[in-house]
Amino acid sequence: MEESLLIQTTERYFKGEMSEQEKISFEELRNNNPEIDQLIVEQIYFLQTLHKLSDQKRLIHHTNETVAKLTSEGFITNKQPKISADIISIWHKYKKTVAVAASIAIVVSVTCASIISIFSPGKQNSIKPLVEKLREQDVKYKKLEKQIGKLNEAAISNAPLEKPRLESKFRATGFMIDVVNNYLVTNAHVIAEAKNHLIVENNKGEQFAAQAVYVNVDKDLAILKITDEDFVKLAPTPFSIKKTNADLGESVFIMGYPKQEIVYGEGYISARNGFQMDTIFCQLSTIANEGNSGSPVLNKNGELVGVVSSMETNVEGVVYAIKSSNIFNAINEMKQTKENEDIKITSNPTLKKSDRVNQIKKVQDYVFMIKGD
Amino acid sequence: MNNLGFDKDLLEGLKLQDKNCIEKIYRQNFQMVQSLILNNRGSSDDAADIFQETMIVLYEKSINPSFELSCQLKTYIYSVARRLWLKKLQQQQRIGLQTDDFEQIIPVEDDLEDHQKQQDSFTIMEKAMAKIGEPCKSLLEAFYINKKQMQEIALEFNYTNADNAKTQKYKCLVRLKKLFFAEYKY
Repeated sequence: MEESLLIQTTERYFKGEMSEQEKISFEELRNNNPEIDQLIVEQIYFLQTLHKLSDQKRLIHHTNETVAKLTSEGFITNKQPKISADIISIWHKYKKTVAVAASIAIVVSVTCASIISIFSPGKQNSIKPLVEKLREQDVKYKKLEKQIGKLNEAAISNAPLEKPRLESKFRATGFMIDVVNNYLVTNAHVIAEAKNHLIVENNKGEQFAAQAVYVNVDKDLAILKITDEDFVKLAPTPFSIKKTNADLGESVFIMGYPKQEIVYGEGYISARNGFQMDTIFCQLSTIANEGNSGSPVLNKNGELVGVVSSMETNVEGVVYAIKSSNIFNAINEMKQTKENEDIKITSNPTLKKSDRVNQIKKVQDYVFMIKGD
Repeated sequence: MNNLGFDKDLLEGLKLQDKNCIEKIYRQNFQMVQSLILNNRGSSDDAADIFQETMIVLYEKSINPSFELSCQLKTYIYSVARRLWLKKLQQQQRIGLQTDDFEQIIPVEDDLEDHQKQQDSFTIMEKAMAKIGEPCKSLLEAFYINKKQMQEIALEFNYTNADNAKTQKYKCLVRLKKLFFAEYKY
C-alpha cells in the first residue's frame, strides 16, 4: 500500500502536477533519504519508459498512416526506382553547361598559371610531387636481395618460383575504394611515371598487375584497377569517403610508403585551400616524404578526407592533399563510360570507435604501394 | 544546397509528431532508402520497415535536447538506414553490403547503440505487460499507452467511479514495476 502511494506521488512529480510547496517538501524527502531517492529514481525511469513506449507506438501509427497514404497516391511503389537513369538524364541535360564551364576553367587556370610564372619566378619549383624515384643503386640492391630470396626459397622447397617481380623505377602510395572490382585511388602524376608496367604491392610484399583506368591531370587524381587474377579480394573498406570538406584544425593521419614498409604520420588541416589558393586541394601540416604521393588522409573518425599529392619544398611541414570530394566526381565521370560503369565505393565504416592503433591495423591492408617502370 | 534551417523545422515538427512533417520526411527520403534496400537484396517491405525504424531513431534524437544535426537530414537518414540494414543482413548471415554510396555517410554507431538500449527496455516493458494479466494489462494500456482519460476508462471497465479505477491502476502499476525491474538490469 505504501508503495502504491509512493508511485502515485512520484507520478504526480514526474508529470509536474505538484504545487510548488509540495514539490519542495518532496525534494527534501529525496535529499534526506538516499534509499527513498533511489526508489524514486527507479520509478521515474520506469514511468519514462512507459511514456516513451506510448510515444513510439503513436509514431508508428503515424508512419503507417503516412505509408498508406503515399502508397494510395502512387508515390510509394514496389517497383525499383531508377535512380541511376535519373542521374544519367541529369548528366545529359547539363552536359553542355558542364563542358562550357570546364573549358572556361581550363582557360582561367592556364592564364593564371602563366601569370604566376611571370610574377613569381622560381616559385614554380617550390612544390614537388611526392613520388620516390628509386636510384639505380637501389634497383641493383633490390635485384641482389631478390636473387638471394629466390635462392633461399628454392632451397627450402621445390615449389615453382613466383612470377617475376618488377624492378620498379618509382614508388608511391594508393588505396582501395572498391573491393568488388578492385579499384584504387592514387595521383595522376604517379601514373605518369609508369611508362611500361604498373603494379601494386601490398604490405606483405605481394605484387599484382594493375592498369590505370582514369586519369585527371588537373585534379592530380587517378584510379587504377587491379587486373591480376591472383589478387584475393578484400572485405569492404573500413573507411568512408567524406563528401564535404574537412574542417580547419581537424586532426588527421596519413598512411603511406615513403619507404619499403608502411609509415604512419599525424597532422592537422592547416588551410582550406592548396598551393596558390587552389580549391581542389587543402593544406596539411604534417611530415610527408617522397613515396607518400597517393596516401590516404583520414580524420579521427576514420573518414577519408583527402589524398596526399605534393609538398612545399621551401617551407617545412606543408603538404597538399586533394579534397576527398573530388573522388566522388571522378567516380561519377567514370560511370559514364561502359568499361568502368561498375565502380562502387564499398565502404563499411567501422573505425569510429576504434583507437588509433586498431584504426591503423584495419586500414593498412587497404593501402598499397604503387610501382612501375 | 544548405537545407539545415529547413531540416531543423522538420525535426521540430517530428518532435511534436506533426503529421505533415512526417509525410514530408517520407516524401523527401523514402525513395532514397528504398533503392538502397532493393539494391541490396531487400524487398519493399524491408524498405518500409527500415525506414520506419529510421524514423524512430530520428524521433528519439529529436526529443533529446542535446542533439544537434551536424549534417543534412538526408545524410543522417541515409546513414542510419544503411547501418540498420547492414545489421539486419549480418543477422541473416548475408554479410557484406555492397552499396553504391551516392550519398554521403556519417558514423552513427553511437546513436544506434542508444536506440538499441531504448528498444531493449521497451521489449522488457512489453514482456512485463504480457505477464501481468487482465484486467491490469488493459487498464494500464488504456491509461499509459493509449492515453485515455480516467473517466473514460472507469466507464469502459465498469468501475463505479474514476477514483476506484485510479486506485486499481496504481496497484497494477506497482506489479508492473516489479515485473519490469525483475528483468531489467542497469
